[in-house]
Amino acid sequence: MTRAIATSVDQQQVPAKTLAPVKRLPAAPVRPARRVPVAARPWANWQSTTFSSALPWLLPLTLLGLWYIGSERGWLSEQVLPPPAIVFQTLSDLVSTGDLWLNASASLTRVLVGFLIGSGLGIVLGLAMGLSKVVEDYLLPTFNALVQIPVLGWMPFALLLFGIGEPLKYVLIAHAALVPVTLCTLQAFHQVPKRLLEVGRAYGFSQRQIVTDIVLPSAIAPIFTGLRLGFTKAWLSLVVVELLASSEGLGYLIAYGRQLFQLDLVMAAVVVVGTVGLLIDRGFEYVERRLNKGRVVTAGKLP
Amino acid sequence: MSTLTAAQPGKAPRHRGWVLPIAAVALWWLASNQGWSQSGLLVSPEKVAITAWEQVSSAQFWRAIFASLARNLSGFFIGTTLGLMLGCLLGFSRLFERLVGPSFNTFKQISLFAWIPLISVWFGLGDVAKVVFLSLAALVPVVVNTCDGLRNVSPALLEVAKVYGFTRWQTIIGVMLPAALPSIFTGIYLALVYSWLATIGAEYLLVSGDGIGNTLIDGSEHFMMDLVLFGMVIIGLVGWGLNLIARHFERRMQRLYGITPR
Repeated sequence: MTRAIATSVDQQQVPAKTLAPVKRLPAAPVRPARRVPVAARPWANWQSTTFSSALPWLLPLTLLGLWYIGSERGWLSEQVLPPPAIVFQTLSDLVSTGDLWLNASASLTRVLVGFLIGSGLGIVLGLAMGLSKVVEDYLLPTFNALVQIPVLGWMPFALLLFGIGEPLKYVLIAHAALVPVTLCTLQAFHQVPKRLLEVGRAYGFSQRQIVTDIVLPSAIAPIFTGLRLGFTKAWLSLVVVELLASSEGLGYLIAYGRQLFQLDLVMAAVVVVGTVGLLIDRGFEYVERRLNKGRVVTAGKLP
Repeated sequence: MSTLTAAQPGKAPRHRGWVLPIAAVALWWLASNQGWSQSGLLVSPEKVAITAWEQVSSAQFWRAIFASLARNLSGFFIGTTLGLMLGCLLGFSRLFERLVGPSFNTFKQISLFAWIPLISVWFGLGDVAKVVFLSLAALVPVVVNTCDGLRNVSPALLEVAKVYGFTRWQTIIGVMLPAALPSIFTGIYLALVYSWLATIGAEYLLVSGDGIGNTLIDGSEHFMMDLVLFGMVIIGLVGWGLNLIARHFERRMQRLYGITPR
């Protein structure tokens, strides 16, 4: 729609003589020539200086400073907000005793196994539904109905069925990853550019050629988006599952610290959880960007 | 997530969709009636239906549902309002975006539920802690989508506004906000989905008071599979209902602003 407006305006401007009042606008040359109006502010020069690269650090450093001063002056008791030095101390203790590695590797194994199972099944399910309308008709309504129950809703059910052992974690994490992967795979099949399909048909492609040469290449990037979403969900549910039922892992560290009212342990574990999640997400984002770059060439940006 | 499912039109024979669930229920019924498993966990469909009826006709259940919904909605509204404000600030001001954007992006990476222990220490186990957590859950998607929508307004539209000599205020009200509206709605919609998920999570982890999540945990602790199954269905139904309402509002607002649905 936006494009339609833009082109129609362009066309209106072609008979330039009728648009005399527009030409009379005197203010236009005074404004900076920048295209994005938000950037064209008087303080635009901060963008180029080193000052601007320091800006993003201002907020976290201020918060850290407040936290430090607050705990120094005793604004808040240590039980409520431990001083940053102690949190850092706990973190380095965790690293040096090897506890961190033990728990992090337990968590990572769980999330990897669960994610591999879930995304593998999800891709198979999505492919089956995307390739065959009949399978979709049979499966999709049930799938959509089951999806309405979030992972957390399944949890008590799975607790009863599997106990609190490792299988419970694998099943729940796999389920968390399965849903977005399936939906994105299916979506990828529904969103194959119509024009490409028409081209294929015009060239007399067989059904198989259409699938392997047109549908699959254009579906790869969206499927990868699904994988990334699936991993985010898997990581999220890992933390919940470990908070609720486990005896090792990063989530367990958090729950354990809370039970002992050792907030420094809780915070250190939260920092680790956040960092690992951030790193993995950045990795996925990098691959996704690479894939999308390739996509412009292979599939074209056809709407 | 569920926005994805809405894309498929139901042209095909509808009865096909019923085959699988009916077969599953029939198998379940057979399995429990024929005694294929001695486990007490295999409850019969009839038992679940009876439990469901008992629950629905009890006041306790309705209290739990309303407690959950009240929490969910108050957290949703607080989170969405704050999220809209923060998202607009991030979307309109480059300076603010430079200041806060990177911190926010790091912050949102931390798994949501990891906050619960900290929140429980700071705000206790009661409703305040839950609402704080829910607002946090609703805030993140609203901020992300509002900011994205405002940043991705087509430059062509902005140029048109410039050509017509719009003031900055006119550009914001007349061009940027309507253009960003679909994205903002996606954010609000996601916030509704997330806040319901977070409601359940908060009730699991901050155990106190009434709530549908507590009902489920009780059922799980007492090995009452029928209660657990019933609770799951209720959670699914409420989530679905919230979805429907959100989509209805989205469509009405879009019609109001003359935006074609995506």
